[in-house]
Amino acid sequence: MSEKTILKFSDETAAIAKKIVARYPEGRHKSALIPLLHLAQAEFDGWLSVPAMDCVAEFLSIQPIEAYEVASFYSMFNLKPVGKCTLEVCRTSSCWLSGAEDVVRHIEKKLGIKEGQTTADGMFTLKTVECLGSCGTAPMLQCGGDYYENLTLEKTDNLLEALRAEGKARVYTNDNPVNID
Amino acid sequence: MGKKILLANDHIEGIRFLDTYRKNGGYTALEKALKSMTPEQIVEEVKTSGLRGRGGAGFPTGMKWSFLAKPEGVPRYVVCNADESEPGTFKDRYLMERIPHLLIEGMILSSFALGAKTSYIYIRGEYFYVARIVEQAIEEAYAAGLLGKNILNSGFDLDLYVQIGAGAYICGEETALLESLEGKRGNPRIKPPFPAIAGLYGCPTVVNNVETIAAVVPIVNEGGAAYAAVGIGNSKGTKLISASGHINKPGVYEIELGVPVEEFIYSDEYCGGIRNGKKLKAVVAGGSSVPILPTELILNTAAGEPRLMSYESLADGGFATGTMLGSGGFIVMDEDTSIVKNLYTFARFYHHESCGQCSPCREGTGWMEKILHKILHGHGTLADVDLLWDIQSKIEGKTICPLGEAAAWPVAAAIRHFRKEFEDFIRNGEHVNDVKHYYRLNNLTAPIN
Repeated sequence: MSEKTILKFSDETAAIAKKIVARYPEGRHKSALIPLLHLAQAEFDGWLSVPAMDCVAEFLSIQPIEAYEVASFYSMFNLKPVGKCTLEVCRTSSCWLSGAEDVVRHIEKKLGIKEGQTTADGMFTLKTVECLGSCGTAPMLQCGGDYYENLTLEKTDNLLEALRAEGKARVYTNDNPVNID
Repeated sequence: MGKKILLANDHIEGIRFLDTYRKNGGYTALEKALKSMTPEQIVEEVKTSGLRGRGGAGFPTGMKWSFLAKPEGVPRYVVCNADESEPGTFKDRYLMERIPHLLIEGMILSSFALGAKTSYIYIRGEYFYVARIVEQAIEEAYAAGLLGKNILNSGFDLDLYVQIGAGAYICGEETALLESLEGKRGNPRIKPPFPAIAGLYGCPTVVNNVETIAAVVPIVNEGGAAYAAVGIGNSKGTKLISASGHINKPGVYEIELGVPVEEFIYSDEYCGGIRNGKKLKAVVAGGSSVPILPTELILNTAAGEPRLMSYESLADGGFATGTMLGSGGFIVMDEDTSIVKNLYTFARFYHHESCGQCSPCREGTGWMEKILHKILHGHGTLADVDLLWDIQSKIEGKTICPLGEAAAWPVAAAIRHFRKEFEDFIRNGEHVNDVKHYYRLNNLTAPIN
C-alpha cells in the first residue's frame, strides 16, 4: 500500500529546498513548509500523497501532522491525483461577466468530463477556481504556472491541442527562467 | 493626461530589467536615502506624503510605520503583502510583472527606514511566474550590490526574499499572512497585539501592500510634500485602479486621486465606456468586498455632487448611498447583468475562502451561498431575501478578521440597492433581459460576448 511508500526529493530538488530553508532565521525553518510542499507536488506527479507530505516533514524535521494540516488548508495543494495538465478556470465575478461559464461548458463538452473530473487518459483535470487576479483579461484559466487570458472558445481549443502536444504543464517552482513578452 | 507617478516609465521597453530601470532614474531614491537621509527622515517624508495603505484599508502608512516597536536586540521585519486576491484586483501583479525593481527599491528603502535586515515579499501562489520575475530582479539587484552586505557602501545590510503562498484569499489579511509565512495555516490572529509589536516570529513587523511600498520610491525622490500636492483632500497621490467587466478597455490605470467616476468610466484615457454600446447598470468600485452601487449613485452622490475616485468621495453617504475605494478593483456591469448571479459568485467566493475559525463567518458564508444557489435555481421564496439580510447582519462585526465584513457587505449592498431584482428573479425565475443567462439556465450554447 502507498502508506508504506517512502519518497525522497531528488538531489536537484533537495539542493533547491536547502537554499529555500536558508532564507529564514535560525530555528524558523518551518517557514519553508509551503515552498517545499510546492516542490514536492511538482516532483511527485502533481499531488501530495501522504508519503510526499512525509518527505517534506522529514526534510524539515517537523511532525507529519504539521505538513498535513497546512497542505489541507491551501487550495493549490492537490490531496488527490490529478491529470498531467490541470485546467483551472477562474469563476469569480469579472470572469463570469466575461463568459467564464461558456469556457467551462465548452471544455466539459470537448473533453467529455465534468468540472472536478480527470480525463480517462490522465491528461486533463478540469477545475473551477476563485479569482486569479486576471480580471482585466477575462475569461482566463491557469495551467501549471501559466496564465491563459482573454480566452475565446477557439483559443481554448488551440490551448488544449498545444497542451496535449506538450504532454505536461509548465511549473515554476524551481529555477526555470521565465520568459514572457 | 493625468499625472503618473508609479507607472510613469511603464511604456519603456525593458523597464523590467535593472539596466533600463537604472537608466531611467531607478535606484536614485535609494542612493539619495543611503547617502543623505536618516531612517527617521524617511519615515517623516512618508508621513508628510499622506500616503495611505493601498491594499484596501487605506490606513495612513506613516502612522503605521511610527507604531513599530524598536526594542534593543530584537530583529524587525518588513513584509510586503503581494497576496493580491480580492476579486477584481490585479494591479500588484501588473506592477510586479512590469516594474519589479520599483517594488524592490521600495522594499530596500522601507527596510532601511524601519531598521529591518531581512525582508520578505509574500506573493500569492497562483502568481508563480510573477514570483519568478521578482526573484530574477532580486538576483540582478544582489549582483549590482543593491542588496546583501554593505549596500552602496553605506554599511546597511539587507536580505530580501520572495515567499510564495498556496491559494488562500485569507492570507491577504496581514496576521494570516504572517502565520502563512511561518509555515502554518492562514488563520488570522487575535489583535492586539498588532504586528507592529508582535508580528513575524513574534518580532515587530510592518506589513504593507505592493503599491504602498512602491510609492515610497517617488516619495523619497521628490519629497513627501510633492507627493501630497497630487490628489484631493485626504486622498493624496495616485492610485492604481484595476478596471474590469463590461468596459471597452479593461486594464490597470494609474489615476490622480480625485478623477470623476464618470470620466474614469467613459473617457478614452481610461475605461473607454461600456462595451457594445450598452448602458451602465452598476459598479463594484473597490474590489468584491465593497458595496455595489447602481449607476445613479456611482456617478453622483446622493446629494447630487459628481462622485470622484477618492477615499472620501466614494465613501460619501456611508453605506446607505456610498461605497469605498478599497483596493481599487473596479468592476463594471452593463444593463444585461444579473445582480443576483453576480452576487452568487461573490458569496461562493467568500464561502470558499473563509478560514473556518469563527462560526459566524464559517457558517454564515455557507448559508448565504446556499440561499443564493436556491434562488438562482428557481426555488427561492420572497422570505429568502430577508433571510439573506438577516444572516449578513449577524456576520458583520462578529469575527476575528475583516473577512466577515467583506462577505457581508456585498450581500447587504446588493439587497439594499437591487431588492426588486431579487424579488423579480424569485417571482419570474430569471432576469428577463439577460439572454446569455437564459441560454445557460437552459443548457444551450451561447457565444461568448
